[in-house]
Amino acid sequence: MRPFAYATPPDAREAVLAVAERPDAAFLAGGTNLVDHLRLGVATPGLLVDVTALTSAEIEDLPDGGLRLGAAVRNSDLAADPRVRGRYPVLAEALLAGASGQLRNMATTGGNPLQRTRCVYFQDVTTPCNKREPGSGCAAIGGATRNHAILGTSGRCIATHPSDMAVALAALDAQVHVLGPDGERTVPFTDLHTLPGDTPERDTVLGHGELITAIDVPAAPIAARSRYRKVRDRASYAFALVSVAACLDVAGGRIRDARLAFGGVAHKPWRAHRAEEALRGAPATDESYRAAAGVELADARPQEGFDGGNAFKIPLLTGTLVSTLRALAGEETRA
Amino acid sequence: METELTLRVDGATHHLRVDTRTSLLDALRQRLGATSPKKGCDHGQCGACTVLVGGRRILGCLALAVAYDGAEVTTAAGLAPGPDEDHPVHRAFVDHDAFQCGYCTPGQVCSAVGVLDELERGWPSAATADVAGGPDLGDPEALDREIAERMSGNLCRCGAYKGIRAALAEVAEGVRR
Repeated sequence: MRPFAYATPPDAREAVLAVAERPDAAFLAGGTNLVDHLRLGVATPGLLVDVTALTSAEIEDLPDGGLRLGAAVRNSDLAADPRVRGRYPVLAEALLAGASGQLRNMATTGGNPLQRTRCVYFQDVTTPCNKREPGSGCAAIGGATRNHAILGTSGRCIATHPSDMAVALAALDAQVHVLGPDGERTVPFTDLHTLPGDTPERDTVLGHGELITAIDVPAAPIAARSRYRKVRDRASYAFALVSVAACLDVAGGRIRDARLAFGGVAHKPWRAHRAEEALRGAPATDESYRAAAGVELADARPQEGFDGGNAFKIPLLTGTLVSTLRALAGEETRA
Repeated sequence: METELTLRVDGATHHLRVDTRTSLLDALRQRLGATSPKKGCDHGQCGACTVLVGGRRILGCLALAVAYDGAEVTTAAGLAPGPDEDHPVHRAFVDHDAFQCGYCTPGQVCSAVGVLDELERGWPSAATADVAGGPDLGDPEALDREIAERMSGNLCRCGAYKGIRAALAEVAEGVRR
């Protein structure tokens, strides 16, 4: 592991300046992904700036009925908060579907969306990877692609984003508060992560030195009836093959509105606007749900691979969406 | 690069100077002789290094010691209320044959203590049917699902899971009462 200096500046502004002025500096929060990357040689910072104590660890009520999640709130505390569980079950379920109890006690609200892909080639410094080493090639394309993307890929990178929490936040129209060397800005959560294109080394629109200080989840009555459903190779403690974050508003057997995002299928949490549009006004039936999945996945491009590839993700995601929406509509029928 | 820090480990205070690259796990094992937390994968995938910090379970291998300056750490060895006394989780692991080789056991025990605390607080898990309502501890089958899900971050290559589940269920019964 490359030697690094460790700093705990007095406040977030100083931390941002400390990272901004050194190209090889990085922020440290929960460390659950970064510390592993230090050990693997995937990350080689010369300075770690610990921000764990520099941003809010509180969940505050917003005047509109939403919540402001401090960047230092631990994933376990966020999932356990009664307001989160009551107003946004999809967010609590997404958090609880991720990692383990130990990791959720360490991981933070600001750090979770910034965790990096679990592509095995990205994490193996002996293989080419355009994300880890721009221009070196992509060992995943034509390699083992079971866990890789089917939407929004490029010829340089087919990695997926691993966070479950991020999929729920994409569905909930969250807003990200960012502090940078030039001041504060707010980024819609769905714009935070990027598609790989020609610059797969970038995961997000954040510049070097920009720090997430809080995430706002706006009031969303539709989220009172919401779910996160994750499908993986074992029952627990594994990353998603596919996942669905869904909020559904049904009345009289008809869909009034929906919020949908998919995980495990793209370089970013995939907000499914086209599927939402297809559902609005449609009858609450399996046929409608299946048709909505078809609309969203029309541009899906499965990857071939020596492990059999990932074409299975199209029917798997379709089935997961259908069963999730059916369950949510069923809740309406019972209510 | 070296740095100084203070750790409280199983009730004793230690001042030490470590390389910034030192994990909390290595600081405990190699600097302080606290060898009950084990190094399994060293990548946060097996749970053998689980310790309690401020009463909460975390992974010592993915924690940089320098970031835990001033922390109150409890290892499985430090859970015992006194010499020749067992913690209820220790006792339950013995009574239910919840281990074979024993390598993962200190991590399992610390994780179990964390799980029991989380159940007592009413925290939901991915196995909780109603995330807003919280876990249903009254139904033995639901409790078993809760235990299996909450302990999923601790691997046991001997496959002692059946005993581990039974041990936690027994102690959790006490939590419910």
